[in-house]
Amino acid sequence: MTELAVGTKKGLFLLEGEPHAGFELTSRSFPGQPVDFALRDHRSGRIFAGVTSPFYGPKLFYTDGDPAGEWQQADGVELPSDCGLALERIWVIALGERPGSLYMGADPGVLFESDDGGESWQLNAALWNEPSRPTWQPGGGGLCLHSITTWPGEPDRLAVAVSAAGVWLTDDRGASWRRGNAGLRARYLPQAPGPEETDDLCVHHLERAPRRPQRLFMQFHGGVYRSDDAGQSWSEIGRGLPSDFGFPLVVDPADPDCAFVIPLVADMDRVTPEGRVRVYETRDGGASWAARGVGLPAKHAYLTVLRQAFTAASEGASLQLYFGSTSGEVFGSGDAGASWITAATRLPPVFSLTAAQ
Amino acid sequence: MAVVCIRGPLRALADGQGEHELEGTSVIALLLALEAAHPGVRGWVLDERGQIRRHINVFVNGERGAERTPVAPGDRIEVIPAITGGCR
Repeated sequence: MTELAVGTKKGLFLLEGEPHAGFELTSRSFPGQPVDFALRDHRSGRIFAGVTSPFYGPKLFYTDGDPAGEWQQADGVELPSDCGLALERIWVIALGERPGSLYMGADPGVLFESDDGGESWQLNAALWNEPSRPTWQPGGGGLCLHSITTWPGEPDRLAVAVSAAGVWLTDDRGASWRRGNAGLRARYLPQAPGPEETDDLCVHHLERAPRRPQRLFMQFHGGVYRSDDAGQSWSEIGRGLPSDFGFPLVVDPADPDCAFVIPLVADMDRVTPEGRVRVYETRDGGASWAARGVGLPAKHAYLTVLRQAFTAASEGASLQLYFGSTSGEVFGSGDAGASWITAATRLPPVFSLTAAQ
Repeated sequence: MAVVCIRGPLRALADGQGEHELEGTSVIALLLALEAAHPGVRGWVLDERGQIRRHINVFVNGERGAERTPVAPGDRIEVIPAITGGCR
């Protein structure tokens, strides 16, 4: 049984099922509230939901019980009171490498850490005090820290990405940070400066290949990239895609040469190309790409898939893939993208999707 | 003492009470006093900067108020979600 946590514009929906048998909606939480990200920690069973009430601001909630019942509000999810800024939105929650450790990325470009299973959180001071921070520019979705990739077995090593302030790397558990942007090309800037000249780097999504952790894949704002040196430098691998613009990216944990993207036409037209919904797969580290669309809408289908709305469960031949659209559909595959089913329709716009087994 | 009236989820965070008699000479002083009396409310009406959240309206005796609006004993302060907040 796979559980999907679907964060939407109007609440959190949990679905249960299997790709070959279909999915049932089992609960709705936070009705009417934007749920920007939700995740079940498979270690504890705890479910987290980042909820941004337009009235009451962003909050992180968790529950160990019935998701349709009471949720607890996590402590410490706020900026320093004297900084002149307010937390805008929670973008991502990631499991750490140590027991009870979690990370959370949020707008304005901040990283939080928890060592108690997500009940209380602390702002990462070094990234908050990064000297270049005053020059960081927000992307269209805000100054969002949206990607957090841990290094399997090495809890001190972390890569995070900020739109639009590039990739940041740490080898000392967040005590210090350095840029990881060599090779990225900001085609949206008039002079196309090199990455050493600007932090205005609009990373859309970052994922690590867990079986070869020095390898990372990136969907950029125009460009798909791969790094083989733990995020220090990047090479373009988008040739062969119908467009190298898009938001989400998923890897097969079993295969460090494998990644999946969902191209959109361009930044000025953020829908699936040619009115067809297709996931693109590489099994050779980005040297070539193949469309995977059997079972997906193939005509008059102009979908938008947001950066947190594509996820994977299991790995290898049994890899499951799921994505949701802003038009309220959720699609799933139980055979690594070879074929797809529709898992849900007519949900509110899907902001995020995670899977647990 | 002035009376701060809250509703919806705020009421649930304040032990289910909708009306709170509190000491203070300004809106911000009363809202901070509300947070002190009911820590669960912290961060819901005021953000980290001590500013009333964008889509929360505060009225003092029926007139629109702000953080520094003076408050006298017996005044009634209503904390109401704004209709503008439904855009997301």
